[in-house]
Amino acid sequence: MGISRRKFIGGLGALALGPAMGIPGTARGASNKEFAGWPDSQSVLHDITKCIGCRKCESACHRVNHLPDPETSFEDLTVLDQKRRTDADIFTVVNRVDNILPVFVKTQCNHCLEPACASACFVKALEKTPEGAVVYNEKLCVGCRYCMVACPFNIPAYEYHKALAPRVTKCTMCHPRILEGKRPGCVEECPAGALISGTRDELLAYAWDRIRTYPERYVSHVYGEHEMGGTSWLYLSGLPFGQVGMREDLGTKSAPELTSGPLSAVPIVVGLWPVLLTGVYAISKRKEKIAEQEKQAAVADAVDQSKKQAQARMETLRKKWEQEKQSAINFEVKKALEDAAAKDPEPGQSKEDE
Amino acid sequence: MTDNGTHTDRKWWTPFNVIVGIILAAGAILTVMRFTQGIGAVTNLDNNNAWGLWIGFDLLCGVALAAGGYVTSAACYIFGLKRFHSAVRPAILTAFLGYALVVLALHYDVGRPWRLPYPIFVSQGTSSLLFEVGLCVFLYLTVLFIEFTPAAFEWLGLKKIRALVVKLTLILTIFGVVLSTLHQSSLGALFMIAPSKLHPLWYSGYLPVYFFISSMFAGMSMVIFESTLAHRYLSRHMDDTHHREAPGVALGFAKAAAFVMAGYLGIKLIGIAIDDHWRLLTTGWGMWYLVEVIGFVAFPALLFAMGVRERNLIFVRWAAAWTVLGIVLNRLNISVIAFNYHLPSHERYVPSLMEIGTSVFIVTLGIVIYRFITTRMPVLHEHPDYSAHSPEQKSI
Amino acid sequence: MNTLFFTLQDFMVHTKGITYLIMGGILVALPLFWWFLTDRDDENSF
Repeated sequence: MGISRRKFIGGLGALALGPAMGIPGTARGASNKEFAGWPDSQSVLHDITKCIGCRKCESACHRVNHLPDPETSFEDLTVLDQKRRTDADIFTVVNRVDNILPVFVKTQCNHCLEPACASACFVKALEKTPEGAVVYNEKLCVGCRYCMVACPFNIPAYEYHKALAPRVTKCTMCHPRILEGKRPGCVEECPAGALISGTRDELLAYAWDRIRTYPERYVSHVYGEHEMGGTSWLYLSGLPFGQVGMREDLGTKSAPELTSGPLSAVPIVVGLWPVLLTGVYAISKRKEKIAEQEKQAAVADAVDQSKKQAQARMETLRKKWEQEKQSAINFEVKKALEDAAAKDPEPGQSKEDE
Repeated sequence: MTDNGTHTDRKWWTPFNVIVGIILAAGAILTVMRFTQGIGAVTNLDNNNAWGLWIGFDLLCGVALAAGGYVTSAACYIFGLKRFHSAVRPAILTAFLGYALVVLALHYDVGRPWRLPYPIFVSQGTSSLLFEVGLCVFLYLTVLFIEFTPAAFEWLGLKKIRALVVKLTLILTIFGVVLSTLHQSSLGALFMIAPSKLHPLWYSGYLPVYFFISSMFAGMSMVIFESTLAHRYLSRHMDDTHHREAPGVALGFAKAAAFVMAGYLGIKLIGIAIDDHWRLLTTGWGMWYLVEVIGFVAFPALLFAMGVRERNLIFVRWAAAWTVLGIVLNRLNISVIAFNYHLPSHERYVPSLMEIGTSVFIVTLGIVIYRFITTRMPVLHEHPDYSAHSPEQKSI
Repeated sequence: MNTLFFTLQDFMVHTKGITYLIMGGILVALPLFWWFLTDRDDENSF
């Protein structure tokens, strides 16, 4: 990767990758091909147990991203008790998640290895960079907000009150700073060591080492290692993650895996539907043709039949006629003869005599 | 309604025109607000609820209910059921208007509507199911437009170009069915990316199949429903063929819809079994799910069946309207009601009156345009020069 | 064709892009082939 990375906190490199470490987020397509994510991409580890809720990260985030100042200053720690989420001009928030214990959690984009937002975007306005950040390109964004629907962490926000060029906004992991070789603004500012940056492999190893070294202090889970296919932002916590407001029911399937099924069904429909439908058409057309032919044949047959019948009837009629004519003639002849016989007692004889 | 037959003594101050006028005026105001003050000024959408009524109703229901176009033309031209012929044109017109209005509604919903051609012409996000939907809707709108042009050409008296388009009927119909299969199902698949947000009773690996199958009976019911309304209000524009064939079309589609709905119920049951969600059925969400599936699918299916057996058009028409409502309920459940079900109630989305007003405005616009076209072009009747018995019509 | 993909997302964009082109090809080719197949049906009339 052509980025100059800052050396991660000393001594980390010497840590052995323990066997407890799972396969770092892998995703599979329909073809069972595996993808392990960009090698040596940057990550951040948030150790929730170390966070003191000072909001320094929030103010640093505003400063480096040139965001407008909020109504209440970052010194005001009472806002920690409200449940806040990222907003159009707030890329990160710290929330107090326990009423009794001082437990604080920082929320921002988790920069998934297989981002749901990027998978959902129909103009490729969101993209996972080789450096680890998921970045947004406002020059392409149409504003459909499908990324917000898709994001399992409810991170992207929208500028709903801009009429002309509303944008989707979210944490950029300070991608421009990472390209310059610097650390993200929040990480640099954190006074408590609750945020550390490095490559994902290094941080995973470090996190698991912490868990193994202080089993009483941490739950045995690195949040983000496998969630939704793995994220570049990793978390360590003393309380179960469900109790610190992070969803534990997201599953390990990445967004592109969730949609690869229907996506691969699409081309099959295009390939087979025309064949099937043309087949149905051809069959119905052929049935129609046969029906038509049969009808024609039947008609012809009927015509033929009736012709014959007519002929036969004509014949009988003619015969009858002739018979009748003959009998009429005979009758007339007979009558004439009888008449003649009545006038002249023996006309026949006289005629014959002539 | 001013159905007094003559065009000269038409009255303008009819109740229909007054109501439509008010809705269109309100729509104009909402449009100005939306495009000068942003989406946030008229909607209740927020960062947790990015999609609301305009997607749930205008897009999802609009597309599902416009399925009558592909269903009817497929029945007539591919399956060779000639008795549906007089229903094809009104169905194609409704479908075309439906899709056109869907695209119009999207102009309100997306942040930068002038970029709507971007996914097709500028940057293709092929990994997105929304890309698939966008591409198919764009292509299908074009197909529907071409399929409808013969009516306009007959109206305008352009015989040659009409004959050319009529020759393309079969290929356009097949394209239409392919594109409809794809985007109807992909609309369901849109939600497959968010298993953590949609309630498990509605989330399923079969979502695309459910959307496609339900679009079939949605389309059929809509054809029956629309023809009921048209017979009541636009009867004078229908010819004898249309009047004679309409009951047959209604009964035919009722029979088909009832059986498809039975199949749909079957695969819904399979979906529950595959994910082992039986236990969820006894929860509050489960009750709501059963209301949708039993009350708005099983019940109208039975009503359709009774209507078909008794040759009772009243039953068939009520069942059709009920099914249309059921489709609206299903689509809203998936996109709005059971979506983000895990959020606390104060973070849930309820549409604003202005959002509802905009949707009503768009539907009204559709009705006005439908009326304009059917009272002028040969849609509900055949053009005397091109009746079904002329040689050109017989070729298809 | 030997592009190396590190993420499933990039792989999907790439492969689906190609399949969309193939789909377009299929939609053009199938009607043409059907036409070629049935063009002489009327002459042979079976």
